[in-house]
Parts: sequence; structure tokens; C-alpha cells
Amino acid sequence: MAKKRPTNETAINREITIEQRETEGLSLGTIVRRRFLAHKAAISSLIVLALITLLAFTSVGVVIGGSGQLVTDVATSRLSVDGFRIPGWWQYNWYENYDILNPGGTPTFTLWPFNPGQHPFGQDTLGKDIFARVMRGIQQSLTVIALVGFLSTLIGVVVGAVSGYLRGWLDSLLMRFTDVIIIIPILVLGAVLGRTFGGNAWSLGLLLGLIAWTGLARLVRAEFLALREREFVDAARVAGASSFRIIFRHILPNSIGVIVVNATLLMSAAILIETSLSYLGFGIVSPDISLGQIISEYNEAFKTRPWLFWYPGLFIVLIALAINFVGDGLRDAFDPRQRRIPRTDGAIQDLKRIIARRRGER
Amino acid sequence: MLSFIVRRFAATIVVLIVASFLVYQLTAISGDPLEQLRVGGDQASLVRIAYLTDVLDLDVPPVFRYFLWLAGAAGCLVGQCDLGISVAKGEAEVTAVLSTAIGSTLQLITLATVLSILVGVAVGMTTALRQYSGYDYSVTFFAFVFYSLPIFWVAVLLKEFGAIRFNRFLEDPVLSNSTLALVSISLAALITGIAGGGLRTRVRVFIGALVLSGALLIALNVTAWLKYPSMGLVGVVLVSTLIAGVALLLSSGFGQRRAVLIVGGMALVTGMMWLPGQYLFFYLEGPLGILAIVSIMAGIGVLLAFVFGGDGKREIARPAGIVGGLSGLVLVVDEALQYWSQYLDLIPIKNGFVSTIGAVTPTIAREENMWLSLLDSYAHLLLPTAALMIISVAGYTRYARASLLEVMNQDYIRTARAKGLNERTVIVRHAFRNAMIPIATIIAFDISGLIGGAIITERVFAWQGMGALFNQGLNAVDVNLVMGFFLVTGLFAVLGNLVADLLYTSLDPRIRVN
Repeated sequence: MAKKRPTNETAINREITIEQRETEGLSLGTIVRRRFLAHKAAISSLIVLALITLLAFTSVGVVIGGSGQLVTDVATSRLSVDGFRIPGWWQYNWYENYDILNPGGTPTFTLWPFNPGQHPFGQDTLGKDIFARVMRGIQQSLTVIALVGFLSTLIGVVVGAVSGYLRGWLDSLLMRFTDVIIIIPILVLGAVLGRTFGGNAWSLGLLLGLIAWTGLARLVRAEFLALREREFVDAARVAGASSFRIIFRHILPNSIGVIVVNATLLMSAAILIETSLSYLGFGIVSPDISLGQIISEYNEAFKTRPWLFWYPGLFIVLIALAINFVGDGLRDAFDPRQRRIPRTDGAIQDLKRIIARRRGER
Repeated sequence: MLSFIVRRFAATIVVLIVASFLVYQLTAISGDPLEQLRVGGDQASLVRIAYLTDVLDLDVPPVFRYFLWLAGAAGCLVGQCDLGISVAKGEAEVTAVLSTAIGSTLQLITLATVLSILVGVAVGMTTALRQYSGYDYSVTFFAFVFYSLPIFWVAVLLKEFGAIRFNRFLEDPVLSNSTLALVSISLAALITGIAGGGLRTRVRVFIGALVLSGALLIALNVTAWLKYPSMGLVGVVLVSTLIAGVALLLSSGFGQRRAVLIVGGMALVTGMMWLPGQYLFFYLEGPLGILAIVSIMAGIGVLLAFVFGGDGKREIARPAGIVGGLSGLVLVVDEALQYWSQYLDLIPIKNGFVSTIGAVTPTIAREENMWLSLLDSYAHLLLPTAALMIISVAGYTRYARASLLEVMNQDYIRTARAKGLNERTVIVRHAFRNAMIPIATIIAFDISGLIGGAIITERVFAWQGMGALFNQGLNAVDVNLVMGFFLVTGLFAVLGNLVADLLYTSLDPRIRVN
């Protein structure tokens, strides 16, 4: 974001909420953007998400292409990952075993005095660095989230738009197809597909993206059914616009709120489904890593080595929570009925009144 | 209406068949069920391969094998179910395996579902009534956190902190002073948040709640209640008074003298029934005793209301009957708790009672005593129920809050207020009922999904239900078992959808089918 507009407004002006300033004649986009920027939880969640992404991808580096299998380098007899590897700034890998530093591999991280140490999140029994593993797991989980978000939004919007706008037999066919997918619990369908085609983040992300669009398709269809009867669609048709143009230029921008909000919620569901599948062993499987796979691998070790368990779980919660808050902020921003009217009753107002009275007496 | 149902049903049957075809093919190609035998390669394995190929029709391509399965499944319509045999379950009939698994899963999810709906709707609606208060914000925040929790992570944490550490704590169940203070202050803050009101009310409520909860916790400490829970006459009367208070708060308020006397009197009646109840449970063993005491108590409540109710007898009969029935349940709980020390002697865990795996303790099952089995189910259900609840309460809270907020902005609520109804009547009679319409449909839909949705919970807590079947079936590429699982979950989903639709049309007269 560029530098914020200098706020030299008066105190009274600052009190006025964005809704009350609607008379200024702002465009819908501007109102939505300002309302979203005013949503503190959503903005801080967005920042947290960006930081986590940055940390995960820069710390242990990335692997591009290749099969993702571990191979032993003949020259140095060290393990490496098949594919083009961009190293990160963290000195350890997620697949190599290192000497165990602390007894039992306990974390070296201390908050006060702040010191990450050699292995901040600890080590497992073989000496693998948990920080590197968790970072790699976050990368994979984020990849799945992005793929699911993109793919299922795309399919959901296209299916919903086509069946809502064209109606008729195509609508019935598409909606019955949606019913077929919806009736199979997503965890079941994901597990059955994941067992056959899954294994790494890309394949799992694609698979989940191909099955997670059903709810969005229904919502978009309902939105299109309502919007296609509106006058501006008639006007566009009279002006000679093609169906394609009406769908994508006229109706779609009007239903963007529903789409954006539900795509976000879909992404927060995606990380939970991915980790659950990996936990069951039907998602991302060893040697590849995901947050759920790490927890599954160290499941029995919780009593003796709780750090193997805390950190991946905390990051799952953090990511899912952040995405949920962003979704909530978007929903509030897009919903025209959301009106924040300052409260006039309640304990805090009472307290303010009492303080004001005291000051008045003095 | 009938034609609507028939048409809907026909469409969903087609959908179910196509979906089952999809699942069958995907499961069949997911692996080779004979893989381990092929690796063996010796004579016995070859014989076994030939046998399984014959029994499971593995020489038929999956696309056609599905229709063989479908023919067997279609037999269910005429009472001759043939879902094949399950290799993963020692060649048992899938139908037999399914019927035990369904029972087990229902046992697991019923309590969790009922409690989540009650808690979720109550919390959600109170947050809506206190919109934008500190209580609302904190509940919203925690709902988001719970909603973002992966259940397998929560379940493992619960196992450690809810079972192992809690059991260790129960060796010497004394809360430290700081815990005591912390718990009572947070309880008081919660109650103050729900009660709302101005500064003066809040301070009063806070102090009252603080004193009460502090006293309660100290009493728990002194009597070591957490280790040896019991109720006795005093406990029974106290709890039923509490129930009566809540019922009054929700129905008529404390202003109507008759209602207060009758509903409050039910607490006294419960106390009087305590001793006769002991004899009743002694002579009427089994579930019949429970049913008898609940219906007797509810009957007494309704009777009292009709005899002494005066003009408002019908309005009073309902809360009095409900309070009576619930107080009957309190008597049941009291009776079960009398077997507590006997139960502790019989179970293998020596210092606590919370169990982390399975559904029954074998030593208890051998006793064949209903009260001991009840306590045993409680000890086993505690953790999985908590895990399931944490996740689903969050969802219901959000739905209930949104739904009530929507309703509270409607014109008919303004009308109700304008004609002079008090706020309680407006909320309970007008707003609450309308807000429950969308929630009822969500509940119907959710319950249908739950039967197969406890896959992960079942795995963590080693519960032998539907989820475990699916897991085993998929791991062994046992198509018949997976299909049996899918058939049950699919049928439940179809039924749930249908019930949701019908509920919506029957609850909301504004909506017409067709």
C-alpha cells in the first residue's frame, strides 16, 4: 500500500464512520476497500499471513520441478531433493539428520533473553531440525491452499454462472452433477482420490481443487438467478451484448462479494482438509512434508517430545485463523447492511458518562 | 406436497447411484487388494488369490463389477441385503459389520450433537442480544479460534490434558488458591457479560457471581467432589432449583406469582421424590426406571400447573412439565453417582476415571449393571464429545448469532415492541422462534453429515465406528467395506437433505414448494 493519505481532518471528522460519509459519492470499490482497511483484525491477519509466507519460503528455500524424491548425491554422499533447489538463509534442511544438540532434542529457543539458538523448535529422535520441517510443511500447506483457492473458485464460478444464467437442461445437468459431488463427504472423496493420485502438495492441491467447488457453485448460481432478472442485464442485452459479455462484464462484478468471501472461507477449510488427509495418511505422504503429515508422524511422541507436536499445530491454527479473519473482514466490507452505529448504552458508556459528570463538577 | 417429495426422492436416488458408482470406481483403482498375497508368491498365497478372486469377482472389470454390487444392494429394498463380504474384517458380512458400527458411531455423536446445538444456539443468541459488547467480541474471537482448530490436534491435546494430567490431578483433587481465584473471576466475568445492563447492574452481578462461584469451588475442594462426585438430597434440590430458575427466566419471568410458586415448587417436589425414587430404581431396573421417573416428574409438573395455575394454566404447564422432566433426569444422575466408588474399584485406571480409548471397559461390561455401564459410557464419551463439541459449537454460535440478528431487525419485531410486549416475550416468543427456522435446517443437514464425519475423532480415540470402517476399508482396498460405509452415509445425507427441505417448508409458511 502506498503512503496513507495524511490525516489532517478535524477530530469530529474522524469520528464519522465510512458509512456515514456515503454522501461523498464514493464508488462501491472505494467503500469496500476503505471498510476492509478499517477492519483491524482482518488487516493484522493479512500481515501475519504475509509474514508467515515470507518466513516459510525464504528460510529453507524452495525446490522447483523435479520429482520431489530424496536422492543420495554420489559425490558427497549427502541426501538431496530431486529438482532445482534455491537454498534459503536457514542453515539446516528438512530431510537431513544432524547431531542432536540438546539432550532429547529439546528446543533451543528462549524468549527472554530472546535467542533462537541452533534448533529453535527442537529436533526429533533422528536429529532432524523441526524448524526446517515446519517451514517446509507450511510451504506445502500454503501451496495446497493457493491451488484449492484458485481452482475451486474458477470451477465454482464458471459452473454457477453458466447454470444460473443459461438455466434449462444445462442447469439441471450441472446441478445434479454438483449434487453427486456434494453427497460424498469431502474427506471421503479426498481420501479415496488422494490415495490413488495424491502424495505431494501439487497433486493434492489439484485434487482438492477439483472437488471443493460445489458450495461456491450453488451460491454463485443463486446470485446469478437473482441478478439476471435485473434491468441492467436487459439493457445490456438490448444494446447487443453477447451472453459471454453479460456474464463476465455485467453480472460477475455484481456478485464479486459472495465469490471473494466464500473463496476465502474455502481456503481456510482447505488447510484443515489437507492436514486432516495427511494426518490419516491419504494426503501428502513421506518423503514430502506437510503440517498434518508432521503431526501424524510424531503422533505417539507427544508425551516425551511435545515440541514435535506443538509447532506444526500452532501454525495450522495460525494460518486457518488468519484466513478466517480476512474472510470475516471481507464479508463485513462487502455487506451493505453492515452498519456500525455507535452504542449509547452499556457499561462503558455509563463509565464515560460518570467520568464526564465528575469533570463537569470540578 | 406428496408429488414434491416423490420427485425429490427420485432425483436423489439417481444422484446417489451415480455417486456410488464414482466411489466404487475410485476405490477399486486406488490399489490392488491382493498386493500382499502376490508378494508372498507361495502355494498357499496362490490358492488364497484364486479364492478371493472368485469370491470378490476380481476377474470382472470394476465398471461391470459395480453392477454386481448394485444388484446385491438393490436387494435391500426387498429385505435381502447383500453388500458382499469384507476382507479387511475377516470375511464378515458387510451388513453385519455395518450394523454394529452404526450403533457405535451413533453413541459417539448423539450426545456431542445435542450438546453442541444447545450450547451453540444459547451462546450465539446471547451474543446477538449483546451485540458489539465485550462478551460478543470475546465469544466471536474464540469461535473463530475453535473453528480453525484441526480436530486431530485438539484430540491429542485433550488426551494429554483432559485425561492423563486430569487423572493425575484427581489423585489429590485440591484446586490451588490461584486456580480457584482465576476460575471464579472468569466465571463471574462471563456471567456479567451475558447479563449485560448498565454499570450498576454489572457490578452487582459480578460481585454476586464471584461470591457464588467462589463458594461453589471451595465446597468442591473441601468435599473432594471431583474425585467422589455425589449429589444427595441437597444437591438434587439445588440443581432442580437452578433448572426451575432458568425455566422461569425464559418463560414468564419472576413477576408472575403463580408461575414462580408452581415452577419453583417443582424443585421441592424433586426433593420429596428423592427417597421414593431410590425404591423405584430398586424395583424397576433398567431403562424402564429412568423412563418412569422422568414421566412421573413431568406429569406432576403438568398436574400442578392445571390444578393451581388459574387462568394461565396452559402457559405454566409447559415450563413446569419441562422442569419436572429435567428434575427426573437429575434424580437419575444422582442414582448413577451412588455407584461411583464401586465403578472406580472396577476400572483398570487406578488414579482417575477419564478414558482415552475405546467405548467400553471389559470388566464393567461383564457386570451387566445399567448404572455402572452408564458411568462407563460417561468416562469414555467425555473426551471425544469434548473434541467434537469444540469444533461444532463454534459453527452453531456463528449461525445462531447471525440468524437472531437478522430477525431482530425485522418489522414484526418492531411491531411486537410497539404494541407493548415486554422484551422477554419479544425475544422468546417472536424472535427466537423465527431465528430457529434456518438453524433447524442447518441442524438437519449437519446431523446427516456427522455419521461419516467423525473419521478422525474415531481414529484418535480408537472408536470402532463408521469412520474406522472407512479407514480400514480404504487401507486394505476393501471396496465392499468402503461401499457399505458410503451407502450408509449417502443415505443419511439424502434423508438429511430431504428433512431439511421439508422442515423449512413446514416451519416457514411463507415458503411454498413447487
